[in-house]
Amino acid sequence: MAKSQIELKVNGKSVEALVEPRTLLIHFLREQLSLTGPHIGCETSHCGACTVDLDGKSVKSCTIFAVQANGADIRTIEGVANVDGTLHAIQEGFREMHGLQCGFCTPGMIMRAYRLLQENKNPSEEEIRFGISGNLCRCTGYQNIVKAIQFAAAKLNGVPFQEAAE
Amino acid sequence: MIPATFSYHRPKSVQEAVALLGELGENGRALAGGHSLIPMMKLRLASPGNLVDLAGISELRGVRADGSDHVIGAMTTQHELIASNLLTEKIPLLRETALQIADPQVRYLGTLGGNVANGDPGNDMPAVMMCLGASYNVTSKSGERRIAAREFYQGAYVTALATGEVLTAVRIPTPAAAHGWAYEKLKRKVGDYATAAAAVMLTMKGGRVESCSIGLTNVADTPLWAQEAAKILTGSTLDAPTIKKAVAAAEAITSPASDARGPAEYRTKMAGVMLARALDRAKSRARG
Repeated sequence: MAKSQIELKVNGKSVEALVEPRTLLIHFLREQLSLTGPHIGCETSHCGACTVDLDGKSVKSCTIFAVQANGADIRTIEGVANVDGTLHAIQEGFREMHGLQCGFCTPGMIMRAYRLLQENKNPSEEEIRFGISGNLCRCTGYQNIVKAIQFAAAKLNGVPFQEAAE
Repeated sequence: MIPATFSYHRPKSVQEAVALLGELGENGRALAGGHSLIPMMKLRLASPGNLVDLAGISELRGVRADGSDHVIGAMTTQHELIASNLLTEKIPLLRETALQIADPQVRYLGTLGGNVANGDPGNDMPAVMMCLGASYNVTSKSGERRIAAREFYQGAYVTALATGEVLTAVRIPTPAAAHGWAYEKLKRKVGDYATAAAAVMLTMKGGRVESCSIGLTNVADTPLWAQEAAKILTGSTLDAPTIKKAVAAAEAITSPASDARGPAEYRTKMAGVMLARALDRAKSRARG
């Protein structure tokens, strides 16, 4: 099958590549670009471990072909840290609030939270839970993930983070 | 899970897309948001030789008022439906339904056109379109036609859409400003298809139901338009005995499969429960 030429931006860098039309975006990112931050979890559009940011949308990269992303601007977990190498507020939140245990879901969680906090700068706990409902975590019970996102929202808004009483 | 090989096409206009699909015949398939088709291709339950991606066709996007109707481009995503102030004001049932479809990531890409055209009995919008009396604009290389949602669904994944045709827009008669609405969906978890779901639109006058329309999701091979139940409710005050009769009439037309979502009898009963709840909420929202 003839390969297709695609041009896109990944983490701010221009990328040109040849892909088979049936190549899924997750396989393109991991195998052709060696960006192994986005994880393959369920492979059936349920778990969200493969979530990346594509033209301002959170997408499951296991459910889109790389060829569909021709011309797109993509950000993966590898492109989230600040330019000076310090952690992004969301990454810091996950560290400070213990928002991960095994860490498998974390790249997808962070990429989803990244978009969520741009659409809603000050989400309620309920809005956070609804907003990350396409991302599964089998370790944490979500409590600390929600806190991590609240921490990040507070930091991005320049206000002190106050943990809600349990 | 790697799909079978295929050739990829990305036409710039509807005209170009239908010319391609007409030429490809059974070997071609339109790709909208891909969140039904791509999973099926990964499982090799579908292996079209050619995908015609509609994403590059700007005329298929957007929402506009057109006389007494609203017209929604087929490639408008669930996310865009939810964000549309125009639809939230005029046809709020759409937003309420879209928010119960899948999860945020799927809603960013999943489209209204794909949801209604695919013929999956688990999809939520088809029953809502039946409830609202919507029709679908369909184009092929030989021209355009309009198909009523209530006549579109023939079986699981079998619709009135012919090979070479593309569903380009959904046309919905704008409901009366004072109408009440609700979409009640029972699901096991976020992202699941409905165990059973019910869409209701009604208008009230002097405390009585003036008009009523009901759609049911995932309790048969096709979405269902529960005409008899709606007829029973019309003219009533939505009193308990009448609701009970209407619920029985709605349950009577269901024929769900027994599956992981429960035995058929349970799913039929849940369709009734969802209808009763939807009626209650629609009534509380109706003015007049």
